[in-house]
Order: sequence, then structure tokens, then C-alpha cells
Amino acid sequence: MHYESPIREPLILEGKTLHDITEDVARPIEGKANKWWWALFSLALAAFMWGAGCLAYTAGTGIGVWGLNKTVGWAWDITNFVWWVGIGHAGTLISAVLLLFRQKWRLSINRSAEAMTIFAVIQAGLFPIFHMGRPWLAYFVLPLPNNFGSLWVNFNSPLLWDVFAISTYLTVSLVFWYMGLIPDFAMIRDRAVKPMAKKIYTILSFGWSGKAKHWQRFEELSLVLAGLATPLVLSVHTIVSMDFATSIIPGWHTTIFPPYFVAGAIFSGFAMVQTLLLVMRKVVKMEAYITIKHIEYMNIVIMVTGSIVGVAYITELFIAWYSGVEFEQYAFLNRATGPYWWAYWAMMTCNVFSPQFMWSKKLRTSIAFTFFISIVVNVGMWFERFVIIVTSLHRDYLPSSWSMFSPTFVEIGIFVGTIGFFFVLFLLYARTFPVIAQAELKTILKSSGSQNKKLSS
Amino acid sequence: MRKKVIYGIYDDDDVILQAVKDIREKGVHIDEVYSPFPVHGLDHALGLKPTRLAITSFIYGCIGLFLGLFMMWYMMIQDWPQNIGGKPNFSLLDNLPAFVPIAFEITIFFAAHLMVITYLMRCKLYPGSTACSPDPRTTDDMFLMEIEAHGNEAEIIALIKATGAIEVKEEKIA
Repeated sequence: MHYESPIREPLILEGKTLHDITEDVARPIEGKANKWWWALFSLALAAFMWGAGCLAYTAGTGIGVWGLNKTVGWAWDITNFVWWVGIGHAGTLISAVLLLFRQKWRLSINRSAEAMTIFAVIQAGLFPIFHMGRPWLAYFVLPLPNNFGSLWVNFNSPLLWDVFAISTYLTVSLVFWYMGLIPDFAMIRDRAVKPMAKKIYTILSFGWSGKAKHWQRFEELSLVLAGLATPLVLSVHTIVSMDFATSIIPGWHTTIFPPYFVAGAIFSGFAMVQTLLLVMRKVVKMEAYITIKHIEYMNIVIMVTGSIVGVAYITELFIAWYSGVEFEQYAFLNRATGPYWWAYWAMMTCNVFSPQFMWSKKLRTSIAFTFFISIVVNVGMWFERFVIIVTSLHRDYLPSSWSMFSPTFVEIGIFVGTIGFFFVLFLLYARTFPVIAQAELKTILKSSGSQNKKLSS
Repeated sequence: MRKKVIYGIYDDDDVILQAVKDIREKGVHIDEVYSPFPVHGLDHALGLKPTRLAITSFIYGCIGLFLGLFMMWYMMIQDWPQNIGGKPNFSLLDNLPAFVPIAFEITIFFAAHLMVITYLMRCKLYPGSTACSPDPRTTDDMFLMEIEAHGNEAEIIALIKATGAIEVKEEKIA
């Protein structure tokens, strides 16, 4: 039997029972949306439509409508791609790595974090596809037989590694998420009163009935998928970093990139989880499940990974000096003092300085402050990718081709559009899916519920 | 022939776990237990064999690794060798470092997806499949034990009641 020390703080508050968990998880699905939901949804939908328009304009005219030039050939598109992929790391990290480490606090947040992962990776995928210029030929990246020989794809190229990494990550995260959802859809199905809802949740729940043998397989499946997803999630941002690290651009050609990118991805992913969950717990009334303790744990992760990112920044600077390579030295001097100094110092302030506030217990248990820092970190991590990509490219080996980059309204529109698309998906999810993995959460009610803690102490 | 089954409904996971142990000790066969969440140790108590899903996943992963390496060897070394950036392409071994990332991704892809498909098939879970729990409360907060009776209904009902069930039902099913 599972025993947990009474000293540990409860993970489920307000003396909830098993039936209360069912009621609380089903309420947002069975109830009606309030005006805040409609307001946010309309705003997100408007942003999404604007972004879709900009994407259509890009596809119809060509990527000349973006602000790219011959020197700066990657800018907002790849910055946004890496930013979204990074955000998409927290979900699998929470559900897989924390499962392997038997961290029970994951159970209140893993469902929404995984949803966020999937929605973020969808946004990320749009950027390289549209950067191809002819998105309808995107299937050229797949190793398909063709009538040019067959001329195959180049398996030596990190960009192709990315295709495989991102698509494996997206599909594996999706099935991992869905396998956990099946028992929860079954719970919604068994409560549904309206015939239409009953029908939909019957299809979605795949006929789950909670037999002992099925639960045994379910647990084994979750454990093995977590074991597979853990190296997968680390490999994805490693491979994204190799897009840069295997090139010969000063500022990109760095062996520290894989661990540094992975730490940055976890950092930004947890920040986005905080941003979403702090709002969601309030709107769908999940304060008893997503407690201050959960927020504090996530803040500690943000603090640790933020510090790792800080160490990586300083290591890059040290190695640039220590290597004695003048191109490398110039690249880093230019980052900090060149025309893009403001982006560099925005990155430093947001990513290295701001998470250090989390050493204070008072600040890391404050909801308002956590929300503020989570936004700051998201901004900072966007600037990190902008700094790496644009400032490394804009000073070429040939000083005659040095240039600057400024985005057009189309690029800004596409970025805003992906944020809108992301929130459209997340808001729809919050109204139709069980936002907490209730079946698994019920397993810790006895050991970690406030009611039972009181009884046993 | 119509069978007679007895359903015992419990409201606590520890109580049903103990009940399963006690009833099986008396030599009565328990046909099924439906629960809203995985009860730790229930599979042992029911005498279920360990699942072999993890083994299948390992096998699928090996197949994925082999197929991935075979595909890359065929496309880059056998069918159309190309000199790309001076990277060696004479044999699989020469080119292996560049093949590691994709070989790894394909291994995970096969191991994860084929295991999930195996799981869905073994549990007969698919869109349109009908749930077979006799009581909808088993996805909420109730635990249900199903025992088939062979003329010993009274004995089984007494047994279930003695182990702490809150409800006992008797039904005839086809």
C-alpha cells in the first residue's frame, strides 16, 4: 500500500471526495461558458483569422513579403518556430519525466500541459512549412519515391532530422495524451444526459469500462510510453539546436547548444504552463487541485532551468574569448554591444535575472508575481532565439553584405495569428475535454487529499 | 443458457482490495472488477498474469531501428550515393554518425505507436466499441465486483455482504 508522510502538504485541498473530483472535472464541460470565455475566444479567433490571412498572402505571393534579405535569411519565422517548439516541451516533460520520478503532483497539471504541448507543436510546424515558399510541396521532405531518379532526401542534414524529430514528437505526444484521456472521456460519457453529448463521448471513450485487466495494461502502457517519451523530448530540442550547431556561422557553431537548448525549452515551457494554468484554475474553479504548492514546484523548475540557461550564456561568452577565434569573439561582442544590443539585454534581463526572484519563498508562492514572471520569461525566451538567429546572421563574413532586419506586417501578423490559433485550441479544449486527469488523480486522494491527511495525523 | 451473476458494489478501494483477497481465499472465482481508477495491487489479488505490453514495445522498437537503418542505407548508400559536403557515404558504418538521430526517432516512433495499437486491440478499444460495465457509477466513485453463480447465489451474496459491499445485486444475463 502507498504510504505518504503526513508532513507533506496535501495535493488536493478542501476535503474532496472521489465523487467531488468527478463533479469538478465534469462541470466546465456540462455547464455553459461565461462571458470571459467568450471574450477571450473572440479575441483569439480574431487574431487567428488575421494570421490566416497573412499566411494566405504569403503563400499566394511568396516569402518576399517577409522582411528577410540575402544576409538575414532566417529571422522571425525560425525564431517563432524554435520558440513554439520550446514551449511544447513542458507537457511531455511533466507527464513523462515526472511519472518516471514518481512525482505525484504532476497529476493535476499533466493533462493541460500535454494539451499545451500538442497545440504549441502545431504552431511550430507552420513556420518551416511556410518558409518553404511553396507549402503545397512540403511533402518533398518525406523519403518518398519520385520521378527524379528517385532523388532521395538528404539524411545527413539536420533540417531533415528535425522533420523526423518534430513529427515523431507530435504523434507520440498525441497518443500519450489520448490514451490518458480515454478513461476520463468514459467518465463524462457515463454522466452525460444530452443525447448528442452522450454520442460524442461514447465515440471518444472507445468503449472504456475500467476492467481490472485493462487498468493493468493502462499502467504498463503509461510507464513504457513515459520511458520512450523522456529521451524523445530531450532529443527534439537537441536536434533543433543542431540546425544551428552543425553550421559554420559564428555564434551558432557551438557544442554547448544541445543541453542549453533543452534547458531553455523546459524553462519556457513551464513558464507557458504557469501562464495558462493560473488563468484556467480560476476560470474553471480548479483551485483545490492546482494549488499554491503546484505553482511553487513549477516556479522552482523555472528557477533551476533559468539558472542553467544563465550559465550557458556565460559559458558561450567565456568560450568565445578562450577559443581565440576572432570571428567568434566578434559575434559575441556584437551581440552585447552591436546594433541589436537591446535584444541581447532584454534576453539577459528576462531569462537570467528575473527567475532569481524565485529564491524567495514569498515571491514564488505569490500568484500575481508568478503570472508576471511567466510572461517575462516567455518574452525573454523569444528574444533568446531572435538574438541567436538574427544577430549571428546580420554580420556576415563579408562586411559588404552586412545588413539589418526588420519584420513586415505580414510576419508580425503570422506570429500574432499563431498565438491566436494556440488560444483558440486551448479554449476549446478547456470547455470540452476533462482538464484534469481525474482517473489518475483519484489514486492519490487517500494519500495526498487534505481530508485524509487530517484524519491520519 | 442464461447465467446468473452477482454484482457487489463497494465505495472504497482498500475495502474491495481486501474483499477480493478474502473471497478468492474461499475458493470463489471472481469474474471481473470494474473500478474508476487503477487500484494498486488489484491485478495481483485477482491473480491476473503480468501484461506483456512492454515486451512487445521492445520488439517493435528493434524492428523500427532495423527498418530505419535499412531505409537510410538503401537511399543514401545503395540506390543513389551522393557526396554532400564531403561526408563519407561508402558504407553504413562510415555514415552512421549522421544516421543516429533519425534511427533513434524511428525506433521511438515504432515502439510507441505499435504498442498503443497493440494495447487498443488487446483491450478491444476502438471508436464505436460499447462499454460493458454493468453500472455507470464505476467510472465515478464506485467499485464493482462480478461473480458468476452456479447455484450457490445465497452463499456468494452472504460472502460479498460480509466483505463490506454497500450494495449487492443479482442479475440474469444471456
